[in-house]
Amino acid sequence: MNVIIIDYGAGNIQSIQFALQRLGITAVLSNNPELIQGADKVIFPGVGEASQAMQMLKNSKLDALIPNLKQEVLGICLGMQLLCKHSEEGDTKGLGVFDVNVKRFTNAVKVPHMGWNTIYNQNSDLLINIPQNSYMYSVHSYYAGLTEQTIASSNYEHEFSAALQSNNFYGVQFHPEKSSKDGSQLLQNFLNL
Amino acid sequence: MLAKRIIPCLDIKNGRTVKGVNFLNLRDAGDPVALAKQYAINGADELVFLDISATLESRSTTVEMVRNVAAQIDIPFTVGGGVSTKEGVEQLLKSGADKVGVNSAAIKRPNLINELSLAFGSQCIVVAIDAKEIEGKWRVHLAGGTIPTDLDLFEWAKEVETRGAGEILFTSMNNDGVKTGFANQALAQLSETVNIPIIASGGAGAMSHFETVFKEGKADAALAASVFHFGEIDIKELKQELQSKQINIRL
Repeated sequence: MNVIIIDYGAGNIQSIQFALQRLGITAVLSNNPELIQGADKVIFPGVGEASQAMQMLKNSKLDALIPNLKQEVLGICLGMQLLCKHSEEGDTKGLGVFDVNVKRFTNAVKVPHMGWNTIYNQNSDLLINIPQNSYMYSVHSYYAGLTEQTIASSNYEHEFSAALQSNNFYGVQFHPEKSSKDGSQLLQNFLNL
Repeated sequence: MLAKRIIPCLDIKNGRTVKGVNFLNLRDAGDPVALAKQYAINGADELVFLDISATLESRSTTVEMVRNVAAQIDIPFTVGGGVSTKEGVEQLLKSGADKVGVNSAAIKRPNLINELSLAFGSQCIVVAIDAKEIEGKWRVHLAGGTIPTDLDLFEWAKEVETRGAGEILFTSMNNDGVKTGFANQALAQLSETVNIPIIASGGAGAMSHFETVFKEGKADAALAASVFHFGEIDIKELKQELQSKQINIRL
């Protein structure tokens, strides 16, 4: 299987590559539009600040390519947030695949939301064989609210989208590559889609 | 619900773990990857590797170790010790570390925290603070706790938060190695002072100490070394015990 991890300079993507390697898949890191378009599966990672990451996408003209991809795409963490309509972080216009805005947690709770939290109300093939209230590892200060595209919820300060889906686009707020066996199951599910 | 985290800490020198680690079922107790795996299987929520290498050569061995750990371990880990430049941090993150801990270098040049959080994001910048209570005042210490500074723990914590730290790893030098419990009062005050997660370090000697560090010390995570290395406390049993005490724990 030909899996591409989009490499646009945002964050630590080595861990995702390692996690796929543990599943027997050698994923390729690339920002080449032709390679990305030709892949069986595309992973869209991201760590860091939203407006800077979006600028890096624009610099490599991936902002126009990504929302038009036809194969299954998995956005992880900031990658998922960039697929939303808008992010409060740096007042960033998103790629608009998911019909939800990204907001910051208030200071009523510690920010970032860091550590292992439960996900529930799973409702997608991406999340099969992952029991209700499984713990996933997250690190983020911004969140996407609940929408009809929410396929798993989590709770910190209030409920938010732990995962989203719109047609062939999937997004997870947590880091499956760092979430032990349940995270590994999610990546396997994604490969099986 | 967000779970409280249990974090074993491993000291690394020349790419090997040092300071008596004693796992009966491991043939080679010095192999950080084997140890990390064992801890991950036992339910550790994260790992911290403290690099105590003195030379540049041995530091490059540590980078190699980071790659090996990242390739085989599916839980997050932090690497700290002697990190003082943006390039050094980048190298560790690119090798697969999830977070990097800075300590002395941030005290000597606080703007380093701003630079690192801007370049890599707050979420991967852990500021480690060693402090000792002297005549009622918590004074921050440099260089592995050997050099006292004029900085006050709570003021410094507030400053590192403002500069972009994503997390604070606070080691109480009064409690470290004594095994009579964590510095819960100072930890609770620290949690009131800043709005970023706090990892408590120093003082773990019994399971009950972990219960109190979460309940009284209001810590988000608890770090320990020897009680885990010598099998005095089994992480799996500890987490079951904590859950029975109504603490949110990932089992």
